[in-house]
Amino acid sequence: MKKAFAVLLPLVALLALASLVIGPADIGPLAALKALVAGGDGPLPLVMREIRLPRMLLAILIGGSLGLAGAAMQGYLRNPLAEPGLIGISGSAALGAVIAIQTGLSAAFALALPLMALAGAVGAVLLLVLLAGPRGGSLTLILAGIAVSAMASALTSLVLNLSPSPYAAGEIVFWMMGSLADRSMVHVWLAAPFMAAGALLLARTGRGLDALTLGEDAAGAMGVHLTRLRLALVLGTACVVGAGTAVAGAIGFVGLVVPHLLRPVVGARPSALLWTSAAGGAALLLAADIAVRVVMPDRDLKLGVVTALVGAPLFLHLIWKTRGEQA
Amino acid sequence: MTLLTLSDLSVTLRNRPVLDGITLSVSEGEFVGLIGPNGAGKTTLMRAALGLVPCAGHSSLAALSPAARAKQAAWMPQAREIAWPVSVETLVSLGRLPHGGGTEADAAAIEDALAQMQLSPLRARTATRLSGGEQARALIARALAQECPLLLADEPVAGLDPAHQIATMQVFARLAAEGRGVVTSLHDLGLAARHCTRLVLLAHGRILADGTPAEVLTPARMAEAFGVSIYHAETEDGPVFLPMGVLG
Repeated sequence: MKKAFAVLLPLVALLALASLVIGPADIGPLAALKALVAGGDGPLPLVMREIRLPRMLLAILIGGSLGLAGAAMQGYLRNPLAEPGLIGISGSAALGAVIAIQTGLSAAFALALPLMALAGAVGAVLLLVLLAGPRGGSLTLILAGIAVSAMASALTSLVLNLSPSPYAAGEIVFWMMGSLADRSMVHVWLAAPFMAAGALLLARTGRGLDALTLGEDAAGAMGVHLTRLRLALVLGTACVVGAGTAVAGAIGFVGLVVPHLLRPVVGARPSALLWTSAAGGAALLLAADIAVRVVMPDRDLKLGVVTALVGAPLFLHLIWKTRGEQA
Repeated sequence: MTLLTLSDLSVTLRNRPVLDGITLSVSEGEFVGLIGPNGAGKTTLMRAALGLVPCAGHSSLAALSPAARAKQAAWMPQAREIAWPVSVETLVSLGRLPHGGGTEADAAAIEDALAQMQLSPLRARTATRLSGGEQARALIARALAQECPLLLADEPVAGLDPAHQIATMQVFARLAAEGRGVVTSLHDLGLAARHCTRLVLLAHGRILADGTPAEVLTPARMAEAFGVSIYHAETEDGPVFLPMGVLG
């Protein structure tokens, strides 16, 4: 685990630095960093502090959140194909955001969109806890999650279907692809407290997730409070993923691929994977967000599209490897 | 000292009575073999004792807080679940979770458990890639590493080769001799007769017999519980019990 951090943390730092100095505004790296730290007059400090800094911070926060929540979700469900979106939080947050766009609330009041998305996430959690019941294991949680996801996706389609103007529909579609462009420090301050609270909840699940390696029965007999563990997982995931979706839209594949890739590095122990996967998620999202700016700087390539484009082949590679091991 | 007391324990699952008024206590130094036909309620008895299934009546273990119970009793379920490709050593170290983990005492307990189950050569191997019997031994070692006064194991020797079956029974017998208590369900009556200090025969959710192997493994009881005839002989190396044929 320490070895993984020794590679991942400098990588995150390097990518964060690259994220700060790469952008459409033609600024030299040194001048950019100087303007960021020292401030001064003119547009330069403004570009650095209000555009590039929040973008870099959000990439770290959201990538880290997705990696952490993905590792926790896979650990809890004991399934390498689980991902944070499985329990319907991101879908419901997206629904809230889509309603905000459709009703014109987001045009009238800029923060209406993230706030509505958070409300969607909260609604999903309430529904999940209600559906999954006070007792019972991971299976009821998956079923409840699929029900919530399906409902949220159906309602999102309904909103799109009933959308009177093609512009609103187009805006919705583009928003749902996920992006970190043009976000401000307000978005950072909005998301950060939820993410901190969620990360705290998820980080405390490590021992329980380790015990679950032996199954729910053995974990229960080792003093793990399974109902409490599940609640911490749902609330933690809702906080980090809900807040992430609220400010950046739905970004897929990070929460699925990163834990899967890093599992062998930490010896497959679920608790060790949590923070390693968070660091890996931050690195991957930073890299993807840099790619968005470098590959097609003038076409506003969406971040969610890039993560899916990168994630799907990585996943195919994993399938190939798994097949090789089984043969 | 008693390690486990069950009084009038009853379990009903899906409106079907599984256990009916079980009263049982296990003391230090006892190696109890839980025998009985499939569906007799052996697994449910142990799970109810641990508080893992809702039940009527009293169990001294279920009454404890989860954290206190995890230090009082270790449990090896029948389903040999290993969800992730962790090393054998990591798997065994999971048994130290209730104690915190990471101390010298933890390391010593893990070493001891690995040695007892003859797993030291396999310690760095990936647990999910081992054979079924080797996985079972790793999971037994995990339960041993928990170092609890009481060990409950559900069919721990099923799927092990003869040498490891005997070695495992000897490990359990040694734990009992050291003053701990062991309760294991098993189907091999010969192993049960040779190694257990006491047998509890369960049928239809009730205790049919409870006593020394010789007292429990009578032809009449075996016919009643299992519907088999049994061969019994006393040899220089101890008793031999072997089911011979199915009775009409």
